[in-house]
Amino acid sequence: MSATSIKKSGPFAHGYNTVQKTMFLVLLALAPATAFNLYLFGWPAILLFAITISACVAIEAGCLALAGKPVKATLADCSAILTGWLLAMSLPPWAPWWVGVLAAVFAVALAKHAFGGIGQNVFNPAMVGRTVMLISFPVSMTIWVAPHPLFSAGSPGLFEAFAITFGGHMPDTMSAASALGYIKTELSRGIAVTQSMGQLPDLMDMALGKRAGSLGETSALLILAGGLFLMFKRIISWHIPVSMMGSLFLIAALFHAIDPARFTSGTFHLLSGATFLGAFFIATDYVTSPVSKLGQIVFGIGVGLLTWSIRNFAGYPEGVAFAVLLMNSLAPIIDQYTRPRAFGRSRKGEPLPLEKKP
Amino acid sequence: MKLFPILGGIHPEYRKELASEKAIVALPMPVALYIPLQQHIGAPAEVLVNEGDLVKKGQMIARSGGAVSSPQHAATSGRIKAVTDVTAPHPSGLPQTTIILEPDGKDEWGDLPEPITDPFTADPHAIHERVAQSGIVGMGGAAFPSAVKLNLGTQKKLEILLLNGAECEPYLTCDDRVMREYPDEIIDGARIMAHALGTARVVIAIEQNKPQAISIMTKAASAFPDVEVVGVPVQYPMGSERHLVQAITGRETPARKLTADLGVVVHNVATARAVHHAVRFGRPLVARVVTVSGGAIREPNNVMTPIGARIADLIEFCGGFSARPESIVNGGPMMGQPLASLDAPVVKGTSGILALTAEEINDRPTSACIRCGNCVTVCPCGLSPLDMAAFIRKDNLDVAAKLGVMDCFSCGSCSWVCPSHIPLVHYFNYAKGVLNDLERESRKNERIKSLAEVRIIRIEKAAEAKRAALAARKPASDAAPPSTGGEAKAATEEKANT
Ligand code: SF4
Ligand code: SF4
Repeated sequence: MSATSIKKSGPFAHGYNTVQKTMFLVLLALAPATAFNLYLFGWPAILLFAITISACVAIEAGCLALAGKPVKATLADCSAILTGWLLAMSLPPWAPWWVGVLAAVFAVALAKHAFGGIGQNVFNPAMVGRTVMLISFPVSMTIWVAPHPLFSAGSPGLFEAFAITFGGHMPDTMSAASALGYIKTELSRGIAVTQSMGQLPDLMDMALGKRAGSLGETSALLILAGGLFLMFKRIISWHIPVSMMGSLFLIAALFHAIDPARFTSGTFHLLSGATFLGAFFIATDYVTSPVSKLGQIVFGIGVGLLTWSIRNFAGYPEGVAFAVLLMNSLAPIIDQYTRPRAFGRSRKGEPLPLEKKP
Repeated sequence: MKLFPILGGIHPEYRKELASEKAIVALPMPVALYIPLQQHIGAPAEVLVNEGDLVKKGQMIARSGGAVSSPQHAATSGRIKAVTDVTAPHPSGLPQTTIILEPDGKDEWGDLPEPITDPFTADPHAIHERVAQSGIVGMGGAAFPSAVKLNLGTQKKLEILLLNGAECEPYLTCDDRVMREYPDEIIDGARIMAHALGTARVVIAIEQNKPQAISIMTKAASAFPDVEVVGVPVQYPMGSERHLVQAITGRETPARKLTADLGVVVHNVATARAVHHAVRFGRPLVARVVTVSGGAIREPNNVMTPIGARIADLIEFCGGFSARPESIVNGGPMMGQPLASLDAPVVKGTSGILALTAEEINDRPTSACIRCGNCVTVCPCGLSPLDMAAFIRKDNLDVAAKLGVMDCFSCGSCSWVCPSHIPLVHYFNYAKGVLNDLERESRKNERIKSLAEVRIIRIEKAAEAKRAALAARKPASDAAPPSTGGEAKAATEEKANT
């Protein structure tokens, strides 16, 4: 008997879910959309993707070593890879190498480890990385390119890609505007939405992802497939994605109905920018979203409404990242007010009254 | 029957197939039985025998020690070897007063109380009396004296006797086997209990992962229109009293109330069988079926075990260990207690002895909470385990108490589901222990304080009286007002304090 250890408390059984497994499934779910977009934007995107993830992992290792935490064991949780992956997906696809590296510093060192490492951060690391870069380097962070599928005519080869990523030789002719950015610029020039919409790829192409945009955000359909896979695997629940996209769609549709010349449609808002990526993969980040289902719905609605407001009224054409960060800061408070009702008690914590028998 | 959903819950690996098809077999009588005086919730029993006494099977060897207590009986005939301290089947491994009985091999019944021939016309009190005398306690694991629970009918209007055959803990199959092999005894016992409680209906709830038990019990119950067998969804912890009542009636037992306040009393199926034996044959509770299972047991089995057999005897009977057990658990893997020693005896609440391998337990190093919310989703009590654990870690037990840690019944669902393998239940058990101690302490202090206050007031009052008496001798005008005011105040205070 002495050979067996005495554990004080049960249970003496445990589910097979681990942090590592969870992160791995999220990466798996991201893979199709990512692969498609890497294909769409070609070698420069592949280089940037690799650089950003490597930088995140290296910085995570450095921070862990500095903090005296176990490096290998913690790296194995894959969370740094996931941060790097999501960060890369939110960068302009042909951005130079330093954009990826600096963004990684902000994401991992500032947003995650300055707060105490995994589980402690208030803000979504990838979104902090992206947003700080957008504010600091507005030009580099808003150079979009039209899709140039790998091996197609006009797609840069590996050597040209090195020149783009490491030499900063962005071929001028290639740049394009994102749909949200284009509408915003045209509106500021006094051109109505109804008119500028005509210049954009049709909604079907937008859903498939053949549009200009961040490295990994363009294929709504593949991201949706990944998101559904995560729901099926019970890694995420429907609450945040549905409440976020639902509220975004409803408010956009409402204002579009009121003033179609000024406001784009609900469908347009759903399919453009980082809506799908944000709804399924960013707003659902465990650490920075509320834990209760009710809280998640409140959170999702907040992200949706803020996204729409920022897209329409703030200086930036895209609002998902800002909206997520703003709601991240509210998550602890939302959590406090949306704790589930305890069994046998009222919401206030008082024992339920003894109802008369039915 | 319409069922109602319950909150949260998990679907662990049940591994019931290890023992579920093994018919109940009797343990050969060991060389000694160790019968602890406390096998139940409440006061320990009081010894009635001395070293060297010869006893018969079923003879009472320790009597009930209070209103909430239970007597103990000899599980076989033999000689009392000693009354001494022996390791208890408890994680602390602390010793407990125990009667050691040396079987004589004859297994002879002594004089038993007369059977109650027609229990359905008998006075309910006669049945309470018999159940109390027979040492019957809740056999699902809680070991609460059954007679006390059967008495609830005299205080409250009851509607349903809910027989708990859910057996939602993984591995355990003892209730399953008892239901499959002795359905008529269970149903007879249940009907007797229903009569004692004054409930019109008996509902027997069985988790749907026991289809044979459901069909056998349904058949056995078909002769009685007031007895209904219900298959309930497989969802741990369905067997929790309050949750089972909710699943069956849709009603939520308020905090700090009993299910009996809703008109429902819950008893375990094996308890009903024990009641049948006590009432129909006068036989006390001297043996029970124990599931011996787990990956480290060579031949898992369901063993009819005399109360007091050592766990080591039981494991040996089941072929010993086939692998190194990581933990030996008394009860199910979710809510069972780790055993400190194999020398501890089987008691009335022992439903299972599990020898689990490290692989089955699947324990891993703890990592940081990633706020995945899984623990919140699965908690059947609607608590927020991650928050409670965070406050307990900071030793902020007051906040943990406000968040409801005292409502947690340590079902283990949160620990089970946590991807970071945080020992949440361990935190809660710690907090509950400390908070309970604090409350006991503060109640004691309050009592001391109130006693002291009463004393001070009494002294003051005496002084006042003296002064008043003195003043009375003087002209009344200059003394009366202050004294009456003071007296009135002291009087009300004493009233408040008594
Ligand atoms: S299940 Fe574990 S990791 Fe997830 S929120 Fe609860 S305590 Fe944190
Ligand atoms: S152990 Fe307590 S806190 Fe955890 S799930 Fe069960 S009741 Fe909830």
